[in-house]
Amino acid sequence: MALLPPPENWDKEKPSKDEKTWVYIALLSCLFMFFWMIGWHIFGKQNTSFVSYKVNPMEFFQLYNSFVEKYKIGEKNGTPVVKPPPESDVILLARMWSWSPILVLEKDKWYTFHISSLDLQHGFSLQPVNMNFQVIPGYDHVLKFKPTKEGEYSIICNEFCGIGHHLMIGKVIVIAEGETPEKYLGEIKTEKNDFAEKGYFNQAGKINPE
Amino acid sequence: MFRKCDITGFEVDKRGEALIKVNAVFAVIFFLVAIIAAFFLVLTRHPTIHLLPPHLYYRFLTLHGWNALLFWIIFFEIAGLYFGSTVVLNSRFSSPPLGWLAFFLMLGGALLINYTILQGKADVLFTSYPPLKAHWLYYLGVLLFAIGALLGVILFFANLVVAKREGKWERSLPLFTFGLLTAAIIAVVTLVSGAIIFIPTFLWSLGIIDKVDPENYRIIFWGVGHPAQQINLAAMISAWYLISYLSVGGITPSEKISRLAFLLYIFFINLASAHHLLVDPAVSPAWKVFNTSYAMYLAVLGSMIHAYAIPASVELAQRKRGYRGIFAWLAKAPWGNPAFSAMFISLVGFGFIGGVTGVMIGKEQTNIIHHNTLAVPGHFKGTVVIGTTLAFMGATYYLIPLIFRRKIVLYSLAKVQPWLFGLGIAILAISMLALGYLGVPRRHYDILFSNAPFKHEFNPAMWFFWTLFVIGGVSAVLGALLWILIVVLSVFFGPKLKGPEDMQIPIVLPPQEEKKNPSHSSILCPGTLTLIFIFFVWFMTYFFLNWKWLSATWYVK
Repeated sequence: MALLPPPENWDKEKPSKDEKTWVYIALLSCLFMFFWMIGWHIFGKQNTSFVSYKVNPMEFFQLYNSFVEKYKIGEKNGTPVVKPPPESDVILLARMWSWSPILVLEKDKWYTFHISSLDLQHGFSLQPVNMNFQVIPGYDHVLKFKPTKEGEYSIICNEFCGIGHHLMIGKVIVIAEGETPEKYLGEIKTEKNDFAEKGYFNQAGKINPE
Repeated sequence: MFRKCDITGFEVDKRGEALIKVNAVFAVIFFLVAIIAAFFLVLTRHPTIHLLPPHLYYRFLTLHGWNALLFWIIFFEIAGLYFGSTVVLNSRFSSPPLGWLAFFLMLGGALLINYTILQGKADVLFTSYPPLKAHWLYYLGVLLFAIGALLGVILFFANLVVAKREGKWERSLPLFTFGLLTAAIIAVVTLVSGAIIFIPTFLWSLGIIDKVDPENYRIIFWGVGHPAQQINLAAMISAWYLISYLSVGGITPSEKISRLAFLLYIFFINLASAHHLLVDPAVSPAWKVFNTSYAMYLAVLGSMIHAYAIPASVELAQRKRGYRGIFAWLAKAPWGNPAFSAMFISLVGFGFIGGVTGVMIGKEQTNIIHHNTLAVPGHFKGTVVIGTTLAFMGATYYLIPLIFRRKIVLYSLAKVQPWLFGLGIAILAISMLALGYLGVPRRHYDILFSNAPFKHEFNPAMWFFWTLFVIGGVSAVLGALLWILIVVLSVFFGPKLKGPEDMQIPIVLPPQEEKKNPSHSSILCPGTLTLIFIFFVWFMTYFFLNWKWLSATWYVK
């Protein structure tokens, strides 16, 4: 009767039993789905982060430089290859149209990623595990990751960032403790690294508070 | 000023009717632009066909987004709002000159946007996230279009007030108009958000202010971008009720519950701008959980109520005609009526594809495995295309004889059209969802990374889905072109409709009320109840599958 005014007493009419049953089932499933999300924060292993900072893009770039300088173990296709120690802060820089550096991580260890952009918005898309996060200039997106499987991973950009968007790709290598990344990357030019305190980073690989 | 419709008996204000016509005609023109762009996009996204060069791909994507998502739908909705607030109430149009002003503002805005895009001065995609910057004319176009649409919505409210004052309706509006009222209220919130964010963005493009914070932009932009789709949702559901009434004499099972469902939309649905910020920095998980779920999924509850009420309205009417058994009412439904088949495909497609995937993409944690993958446009192909667009196509089959007073040309092809378009979009949407699960990004020119410094190979299963993608996409384009052809030929060259005897598409009156009141203790719609439980099982299966897929990824917190 959608085109006619409703009957005089429409608000007094009792709904039929089947419609009422369905409304209750629907309501219960809605509440269930809501509390499931909160439950996943307590019991689940994949949640979004409570931490992010505003950051000046130039300052973030300096942070990136000192991170690369401290932990660089080589270079591949012009991109530095960096192996930070487990539990450390990891800097990942997005810009038109590259992800830098190439990260070498150990399986089953936690790393605190700081992801930001120098220019436009970018999309951090880790493949093939298919985990996706937004990267925004001026914001440091802090995400704690624990890789669960060894292998070669790609970081694709999945936020449009201009004409070269589809050329933007980076790599993450996950190895077992004591392994080297050459298995996945081929030869990388290596240099000596003394893991001393450098720039913004202290001995333990954490960003200095100042 | 009025003509009396010899088919429906409605008093039609001719000045309002002219506005309905012009808005509907331009909706179809912009739809044609969107479909031409869509054809090239389908054949460019397939990794080996690759029809367009990259710059044209991104340009056509911008063009497709604006024309399909906004111009086609908003022009059609404005026509629908005018129809629901004048014709259905036998009332007059409050201010035709302002109606024309609204139309020309929207048209001017739309042309300006399309012009800047085609000139290559706005390769920023539909979302135009700063610091990506377009030419200032582009933002001016957005503002003009939004102001025009806002004026149209205000005229809808004015029409309702005029009709009430002149005694055309008393206590309650018809459900169809009530649904449109919901859409209009959501539209106000949407368009005001648009003004809030596009005014500073416009000033920024002129160099008057030097920065638009990208995160603030995202939060407020999605107050336009997402609720704009909720206008479509409310308008689509209104169109479903309308078509159910016209094609089978549908009887709404409970006016009270259906209206409550619309009310839930008004209160909760605008929270969903959070859907786009679930993996953003700067907003906390608590904010995300509350907003993305429309405060405990209360808007989803509204949709689930309509998902029952609409097939039930068909079933109730059919049962009163004497169809028994669980599904006889559905089997004997008027499938040869293109409006009915469009409505039903739209309903099923929206629920099973668009709605269910929307809930899972919109959950805070499972968004991690969806954000900006091809699954996202796959989802909204399942809502705004198979849902809204197909519902509007169905409604058009009634608009042509009733408002344009023409016979439908190629009526036998019109019977096939909803199937061609609906099934095409369903295949397209499902293939995009599958590709999204394999990690394939949306808005990406070359997923083979032919010229990139590193390679990445997606799961080879993707090739199967790329083939489906092209098959579905091309059928949908053909279905859409067929619809445009039928509409244009009918409206401009079709034979004039002389009277009720020329109606090809039947209007079926509701069956007579039975003498005794139906008992409320028994089950009235066993068929609908069965269908909705199949839907529920699918919904819950998909729900748990997603959590299983999510739990296979790295740990993150």
